[in-house]
Amino acid sequence: MTELDRKQDRAPVPKDWTYAPAPESRDVVTLRERYGHFIGGEWIEPTETYETIAPRDEETLATVGQATAEDVDRAVAAARGAFSNGWSDLPGSERAKYLFRIARILQERAREFAVLESLNGGKPIKESRDVDLPLAAAHFFYYAGWADKLEYAFPNRQPRPVGVAGQIIPWNFPLLMLSWKIAPALACGNTVVLKPAETTPLTALLFCDVVRQAELPPGVVNIVTGDGRTGAAIVEHPDVDKIAFTGSTEVGKAIQRRLAGTGKKLTLELGGKAANIVFDDSALDQAVEGIVNGIYFNQGHVCCAGSRLFAQESIYEPLVEKLKRRLETLRVGDPLDKNTDVGAINSKMQLDKIVELVEAGKAEGAEIYQPPCNLPEKGYWFAPTVFTNVAQSYRIAQEEIFGPVLSVLTFRTPEEAVEKANNTPYGLSAGVWTEKGSRILWMAQRMRAGVVWANTFNRFDPTSPFGGYKESGFGREGGRHGLEPYLSFDE
Amino acid sequence: MNRLPVKKTYKLFIGGAFPRSESGRTYEAEGQNVALGSRKDARDAVRAARSAQPGWGSATAYNRGQVLYRVAEMVEARATEFADLCSGREEVERSIDRIVWYAGWADKLSQVLGGSNPVAGPYFNFTIPEPTGVVAVLAPDEPPLLGIVTRLMPPLVGGNAVVVVASETRPLAAIELAEAIATSDVPGGVVNILTGHRSEIAPHLAAHMDVNAIDLCGAGGYSTELEVSGAENVKRIVRGRADVQSPWEIASFLELKTIWHPIGQ
Repeated sequence: MTELDRKQDRAPVPKDWTYAPAPESRDVVTLRERYGHFIGGEWIEPTETYETIAPRDEETLATVGQATAEDVDRAVAAARGAFSNGWSDLPGSERAKYLFRIARILQERAREFAVLESLNGGKPIKESRDVDLPLAAAHFFYYAGWADKLEYAFPNRQPRPVGVAGQIIPWNFPLLMLSWKIAPALACGNTVVLKPAETTPLTALLFCDVVRQAELPPGVVNIVTGDGRTGAAIVEHPDVDKIAFTGSTEVGKAIQRRLAGTGKKLTLELGGKAANIVFDDSALDQAVEGIVNGIYFNQGHVCCAGSRLFAQESIYEPLVEKLKRRLETLRVGDPLDKNTDVGAINSKMQLDKIVELVEAGKAEGAEIYQPPCNLPEKGYWFAPTVFTNVAQSYRIAQEEIFGPVLSVLTFRTPEEAVEKANNTPYGLSAGVWTEKGSRILWMAQRMRAGVVWANTFNRFDPTSPFGGYKESGFGREGGRHGLEPYLSFDE
Repeated sequence: MNRLPVKKTYKLFIGGAFPRSESGRTYEAEGQNVALGSRKDARDAVRAARSAQPGWGSATAYNRGQVLYRVAEMVEARATEFADLCSGREEVERSIDRIVWYAGWADKLSQVLGGSNPVAGPYFNFTIPEPTGVVAVLAPDEPPLLGIVTRLMPPLVGGNAVVVVASETRPLAAIELAEAIATSDVPGGVVNILTGHRSEIAPHLAAHMDVNAIDLCGAGGYSTELEVSGAENVKRIVRGRADVQSPWEIASFLELKTIWHPIGQ
């Protein structure tokens, strides 16, 4: 241990970290009391409604529609009409300009969207401001550029749009997932019917105003809100040509079954239980930052979250020690406070699920650590959690928790790390930490996962394909590969 | 004096060996007794494929290309026999040429299908195609040789291990192909060929949790139920055509892996 290490290890953690509140102003967002469905460029009054809330304090934000099969049918008809009446024949260069407009408007209105995202979803404003919004705009900008270059993307193939795409997205990155879905679909000449998640409809509904400002032809983008019943109506609609779903593996399988025999195109981006593997020669402090980012980013509501930490035995103790110290410095609280590192859990339902799995972890014999933190009384909260003494068979090591809960396991050899990391039906992402270049590539080759972060974690970019192996789904979003799900080919 | 010819026993091809069906059953096809593969045979074939896949998938692309080129050599050497088992010489020649064509893709795939991604940050980021794992192929009935070659080569050249269910009515070309493969340096278990009733074997492969993808080309009227069982482990469903040749056929049986690494001093 170097002298510096010794000093750092001895340095006490301050008793408490006090920060003056730094709340982001809500004034930038103007919400309507009630939202309908956005179909054919118009707001359609819903027949059924529910209330959407702010998970930080359970405040009701707005009344939104619960789309019925009839509403979905209208939306699909609008999308079909827009597809047939011009959009699919529009020169790619013109489609591109609409998408560039959307990208620019999102950049211009970024603060408004970021605040609303944190309000309705519970994620820290720091993240919605610095991650979700810039990436959402970048996605539109990236795919805009593809719209008139599709024939160069797939050698010797003639790309055509698929038609009407039905898109169902989750609540963890509401606007970003919307961008991942809508940008490539439109660039390829399709029209869309998109359903945001039941608990986070508001940024998708605000996006309809971007659609208006961009003067997109009516019916090219249609947004219907609601729960799983609305999603099922989209999946089952005979005039939808392609389904793109991001969400749980369970629902993904049900959709795959439902579409059997229809010949419809399908892409699934499902759950994960990523291994984050730390070797004894890694830069430990950097690894700790990566581990924290891997599992506590967005309260762990991340399908590619590094929820299983594999520590090489020789550094297990110092690593866990450093990790616990780092956890004490995480600020859990108001999503709209610019200091906040970990925000509110998205919903009561999700909180219950996290609590259930954490209780299971304790009951099965794992050792729990949570840093002292004062959680607000109202709203949905869960302290950052680390489990040690975890066996591979425990539910917390097998099941996707989708919350700020890390399970620490150990390994001795690289072979053992590979074996344990791949021992899951999922295969979305993996992390590797080592300073040895050849080992990084050796590990990266052996991870059965669609994204491998080496000496980093949870990085995203519109040019970088994202998607899973095995039961984490199929198809890629992002990059040139992200175009293919939205094209058919004359061959 | 007329010499009595030695007749061939038509068997399964599993793990590089030619076993009879463990069920002890046969059925008659094209005038021959052919092994009637069972659920157990299908499971054995999947196990053999799973064991063989890592070695095949991690062989160098150059090596895979040469091994598959060798398959073409072996089919060429048996061209006369093959011609009797399909529509004739032309089909054999097209099949050989197709094997050679696909063999050549082994060391070009990742350049065409992968690439580096210019992310907006200090990271080196690249995407490479990798085999999906174990692939089940339901070969079409027609054309008897070109059909199985068309469906087998794409997953194979991509580094997958394959379990093929041969045409039920025209299985002899498939068995002959197994014999050519067995003498071609293709490691045992990388290609497994089952004969029998498709309706009996295919559902087990479609539902098998250790099969990653299924090509429904020869599924006929069963494809919907096979797709439904395939969803249980999110199988990649491929609705292949019997006569097509394209690198995108290979891509159907590949996963894309994207790797990030920071750039710094």
